Amino acid sequence: MTSTTTPAPTPLAAKTPWLTRLRRSRGAPALTGMGPITTLIRAALLLLLGIFFGLPLLWLLLAPTKTDVQLTQDFPLSIGSWAKIGSDWQNLLTFDDGVIIQWYVNSILYALATLVLALAVSLPAGYALATMKPKGRGLLLSLTLVAMLLPISALVLPLFLEINLVHLVNTPWSVILPTAFFPFGVFLAFIYYAVSLPKDLLAAGRIDGASEWQLFWHVGIPLARPLLGLLIFLNFTATWNNYFLPFVMLQDPSVYNLPVGLQALISGTPALHPALVGDVPIHRAELALAGVIIVLPVALVFLFSQRFVTSGALTGSFKE
Amino acid sequence: MAVLEARKQVAPSPTKTRVKTGVRRWLPTAADLFVLPYTLFLLAFGILPGVFALILSFANFSNGTPQYFAAGLQNYITTFHDFRFASAFANMFQFLLISVPFGVIGVTGIALLLHMRTGWFASAMRTIYFLPGAVAGPTSVLIFLFMLDPQVSPFRGLLTAMHMDQTIIVIQPSHLPLLFTLLGFFVGAGGWIVIFYGGLKGISTDVLEAAAIDGANAWQTALYIKLPMIRRYVIYLAILTFAGNIQIFTEPQLIGASFAYSGIGTISPTWSPNELGYYFAFNDGNFGAAAAISLLMVAIGLIGALAIIRATGFFRTDAAV
Repeated sequence: MTSTTTPAPTPLAAKTPWLTRLRRSRGAPALTGMGPITTLIRAALLLLLGIFFGLPLLWLLLAPTKTDVQLTQDFPLSIGSWAKIGSDWQNLLTFDDGVIIQWYVNSILYALATLVLALAVSLPAGYALATMKPKGRGLLLSLTLVAMLLPISALVLPLFLEINLVHLVNTPWSVILPTAFFPFGVFLAFIYYAVSLPKDLLAAGRIDGASEWQLFWHVGIPLARPLLGLLIFLNFTATWNNYFLPFVMLQDPSVYNLPVGLQALISGTPALHPALVGDVPIHRAELALAGVIIVLPVALVFLFSQRFVTSGALTGSFKE
Repeated sequence: MAVLEARKQVAPSPTKTRVKTGVRRWLPTAADLFVLPYTLFLLAFGILPGVFALILSFANFSNGTPQYFAAGLQNYITTFHDFRFASAFANMFQFLLISVPFGVIGVTGIALLLHMRTGWFASAMRTIYFLPGAVAGPTSVLIFLFMLDPQVSPFRGLLTAMHMDQTIIVIQPSHLPLLFTLLGFFVGAGGWIVIFYGGLKGISTDVLEAAAIDGANAWQTALYIKLPMIRRYVIYLAILTFAGNIQIFTEPQLIGASFAYSGIGTISPTWSPNELGYYFAFNDGNFGAAAAISLLMVAIGLIGALAIIRATGFFRTDAAV
């Protein structure tokens, strides 16, 4: 509902009268066609689904407060002691001399660098494809659609060999550069500008002597705020959670990102397979804490960006 | 901008006419410069790896260094005849067969169900469904390993009721396609539900009220009015689920690795085609065979996506914008 309550001064919202109509009709009870039985079945189903989606996260959040014994014997949603989290963290730091802090720094750096690069590359491209006539426009659009449908993981192995040829394997660039290729972002920008940027505005600017670059900077970017939110959200979450590519590219633990590091924790400690004998004090609670640490930043981003996903920026790409 | 200025400066030069036509043809316009960085990225990380894979798939790696075009079709033959090939693809198809319909029907159904009555309850539930999207890759596998462990899982009652009191029983090979489906749904459904919900909000309230006045109940409205109106979303979801799921790697790889030490070895390290490709490359050093698998995956993804696009006319209007 967030997107209907926030004022949306975008041209796209201005173009969609349903939004205003919905707002006007909010006071009156809508006709839903739901009888009491339907109401009950619907509520029960939605609650069950809420358990399916919500319970694992809640469990993960509480797990670091508990000892292994408490985890296996207490009620699954019981709370241990909050102080336990501190000792879990100390235990995590014993893994490879606190390398997890390095992973965290790496993850932030990779995500930010990729984001900046991806936006700098995708936005102008989507803008030009929608508002100008660059050479090979049709071909570029077709290739973008194909690239969107093929996840980058299909090409991870040849990418590895390609990056290996230029001696960038095991460096941050081996992860940043391929993920900054963001065809979905180009496609969304293309659709957004094609649908919501009035051509007359650009024509008027050109008559007034503005260069294409000035038009993009002073008209294209300011009008793209909802689009920017969506692109940042999509790109950041994808990079933060990226696994297959960094797993293949990065071999030295000091350049891992958090997901690859978590993989090292899962397979290198006795937490999930007690048969592995070791003196590393990393058990279920410590792993859960590592999981919480990875999820938390993205979960916060998610909480605040749901409106970008529902916003017209994305729906524009599906308009009939 | 620089280009435009350059052109102005070039124009008054003595060789005016010759330069002018030459410039028109060869100097990039501002539009070309706007798309240039993206074109380079597309070439370097989209097209080049594909071409490279094609070349590698005909190269011989038997003595460590690649000998290009020395292998002929040998890599393809090796791959197809490998004893792990058939089972990896069988696993993948089994997983697709369950996960694509499950995902498409599940997301569509939940979005329609949510949209029957908008309000705080629908918003709260939608947010809860959306949040697991923040979890992906190894973290989602970690959570799932906990959820499937009857010792600690909050669903332990359910697991015991189904006579699954040990993790090995829960995570046995025949359960894997369904388990990976549930895992994928847990992580991925929420984002799509929110997108679908956004689409449903776009349906004019006049239409929905007219249906209600005509006596349509909530289910009928959902099926016959709302569903056809979000048809494009459903197609797009199906394409992306298909294209994404043939690439399955993280889940079997991590779950397999986390059990490797216990000596159970429930999950083969070559469970999925992508894993097999990885195995060929980094365990056997046979990059040629790995490239052959990569290409095969690209081909399957493309054929599947194009088939859906052709069959449904999807993108026809979009591409013409």
